[in-house]
Amino acid sequence: MAVATDAAIFCRSGQNLSEVGVMGQVFIHIFILLVMPPLLLGVIGKTKALFGGRNGPPLLQAYYDLIKLFQKGSVFSTTTTWVFRAGPVVGLGTALLAGMLIPFGEHSAPVSFAGDMILFAYLFALGRFFTASAAMDTGSAFEGMGAAREVTFSCLAEPALFFCFLVLAKLSGSLSLTGMLDGAFPFGVGATVPALVLVGASLFIVLLVENSRIPFDDPNTHLELTMIHEVMVLDHSGPALGMIQYGAAMKLFVMGSVLLRVVAPFTFGNTWADWGLFVAGILVIAVVIGVVESMMARFKMILVPTVLVAACLLSAFGVILLLR
Amino acid sequence: MNRFVDPVLIFVLLLNFVVLGASRIRTMIQAVAVQGALLGILIMLAHGSFMFIGVMMALVAILLKGILIPHMLFRAIRDVAIRREVDPLVGFIASLFLGAGGTGLAVLFSRTLPIIHADTGTLIVPAAVSTVITGFLILTTRRKAITQVVGYLILENGIFVFGLLLMDAIPLLVELGVLLDLFVAIFVMGIIIHKINKEFSSVNTHMLSELKE
Repeated sequence: MAVATDAAIFCRSGQNLSEVGVMGQVFIHIFILLVMPPLLLGVIGKTKALFGGRNGPPLLQAYYDLIKLFQKGSVFSTTTTWVFRAGPVVGLGTALLAGMLIPFGEHSAPVSFAGDMILFAYLFALGRFFTASAAMDTGSAFEGMGAAREVTFSCLAEPALFFCFLVLAKLSGSLSLTGMLDGAFPFGVGATVPALVLVGASLFIVLLVENSRIPFDDPNTHLELTMIHEVMVLDHSGPALGMIQYGAAMKLFVMGSVLLRVVAPFTFGNTWADWGLFVAGILVIAVVIGVVESMMARFKMILVPTVLVAACLLSAFGVILLLR
Repeated sequence: MNRFVDPVLIFVLLLNFVVLGASRIRTMIQAVAVQGALLGILIMLAHGSFMFIGVMMALVAILLKGILIPHMLFRAIRDVAIRREVDPLVGFIASLFLGAGGTGLAVLFSRTLPIIHADTGTLIVPAAVSTVITGFLILTTRRKAITQVVGYLILENGIFVFGLLLMDAIPLLVELGVLLDLFVAIFVMGIIIHKINKEFSSVNTHMLSELKE
């Protein structure tokens, strides 16, 4: 696809090309995207266990779970149609594609073009649409309720995300994610740092909502009445459930890498050091999520829209600061 | 003007939103306390040099706005035993939006105001105007007497921010007098809240419109 056309962006730092080469960079990008996401769940779990004074599951537990799930057979209810089977596939596929649009650390994304931030936002919306449709396809009242909640909350999270992108686009003067997140923000101008802080806070809230983390949703809950995301996947089993969990981990990873570039736009100038910095940064974000989950209780369901509106206002305020 | 002034003012603005969105009175008071303390720090920053007068002004402001008045308000809510603003005239999300709209307009139009041009680069004027708007919003849309006092405090904080522009023109004595007035006003309001609570066994101000023997 557009892999080759963006070679120019890759060469930005010059030495990158000579050390690893464009294809090498792309391979590393895809390798990290495929392999690392479940590790984040392990790190979050370990952090929470540490706070709770427990040993917790092993760091690689999410990988074991996925391997186990993919070895199992599938059970499909006879009332479901192809939509039910398409849900997990589309969910994982959109997360993968979104991961290809995001620059990991200092390294450019394999696919990049002007306006890809809109594709990025709506890839997740597409995945969500299919997950919700698959949930409704089962005809279960609980799953329909979960789908309704999920789409309600995410339609409030979406404007927040777009305001964040607006701020980043305004700061960097670029309309592609690679350009927006290249870390070359105009730090000399007065409003840059405050605007970035606001965007960082807003993005973190969006990340927690979109990935159903604790103040908004509990990924480990076992009570259908309070579930949001988890209730939608109750009927999936075996490889389908594995795909959903893998896709969810990947989504967390991708959103985390966006956040990382906003809060820590650093570079060492060396290709391998930058990859190391990126991996370390993502793990730090996972630890922060774990800390937040350990220290906070879930919000009351009515409070969630208020917090999401506040997240929108935070990023909108960032836009106002820049337009001044 | 110091380059740390704008970040502090942004915190002041964000605290406005905390107050607008909070239903727990405790949270509101804490936010106003932090806002008051930030204003004290702001005086020191705005002065640039750490002169005796500036530092003393800042300390007095921090002591009054950050510690003493919030402490009195905490006592007041403990006495009247209320925790939340339950049913405001304008809902929390709606007031958040109104506050955001007010802030946006304040930022966009602050340049066109005919005031001294020395500090147009900073956020002082928009922050002052939007804090005043927030104060008015809280004052007019909340039902409890105690949340209205919080609104009054925010209103005063906005005027205080505006006063930063005139730091060199206004003598210390006037500033101290204003702070003292504020303190006395809150003191009186505390007593009134106590009386309202005793008389009506509620601090909802709409009860005051009913006649009573």
